[in-house]
Amino acid sequence: MTGDTHDHAHDDHRPIREDDDELLTEGEARFLALKGLLIDQGVISADEIRARLEFNERGSSHQAARMIARAWVDPDYKARMLADTKAAALEMGIETTEAKLVTIENTPERHNMVVCTLCSCYPRSLLGEPPAFYVSKAYRSRAVREPRKVLREFGVEIPEQVDIAVHDSNADFRYVVMPMRPAGTDRMSEEELAALITRDCVVGCALPPGTELAD
Amino acid sequence: MSEPAPNYAVGDRVRIVDLRKPGHVRTPTYVREKVGMIERYCGAFENPEERAYGRWGLPRIPLYRVRFGQHDLWPDYDGTPGDVLELEIYDHWLAPAEEARS
Repeated sequence: MTGDTHDHAHDDHRPIREDDDELLTEGEARFLALKGLLIDQGVISADEIRARLEFNERGSSHQAARMIARAWVDPDYKARMLADTKAAALEMGIETTEAKLVTIENTPERHNMVVCTLCSCYPRSLLGEPPAFYVSKAYRSRAVREPRKVLREFGVEIPEQVDIAVHDSNADFRYVVMPMRPAGTDRMSEEELAALITRDCVVGCALPPGTELAD
Repeated sequence: MSEPAPNYAVGDRVRIVDLRKPGHVRTPTYVREKVGMIERYCGAFENPEERAYGRWGLPRIPLYRVRFGQHDLWPDYDGTPGDVLELEIYDHWLAPAEEARS
């Protein structure tokens, strides 16, 4: 056995996604057949399909961060973003593909977090593709049932005076959490503020550095 | 096309009906037979239970956000009395909470 002994765990080298060289599912086989036919008959080109995928995946959490930073410095913009998030995005030149986007504001009394228990619905236009934790069964089942424990595991301790609202984006709305602006950021530029707002802040699983919650 | 009018108002107490409908439904099992409160009316949307099978999903169905107290969803919930969960429910999955169970 000595020749097989390793001094490191092979798990360290696991790919982010499992290799998907299993047999095709029925749906995948049908999709590939249809795609091949459409390309062969000149209905659509492979490059058009690729470009559309690129378009679908062009979102990045920087877009939501820019909007929230603007809302922090401009109360009128904030009101418009809370009233109509799609229109507020367009105002900043961000096109959104979701049917309905809703912004939910964190307050000293209430912290918000988002999950999609049924699949992985996510405001992709404003945040990009969802992180691995968001699509995991563990997060999807636990976020609705024990949000405080899940947040603690993310390093976020929500004091008892603050209620937690979990939003299951199970149908047509997609949710964006607007964190509170941290104290001591008065002199920061909009761009500097945007850098404080990470993807997980907008999902409600993190708080911008310096956020003070009552204790 | 005219939009259907909502059947529930903000603040109404509603029970989530367990339709036991197979296929692509958007009402998670953990809220079925639970009582919550209408948080807002979302507007009318195409029925995803039809759209998932290549149909148009018309007429549109009123959609509401329903708020539940976490302690009403999970008997052993570990959190504050004010912790809530909100999600969207289509009209046909709702009944007035006062209505006796059939």
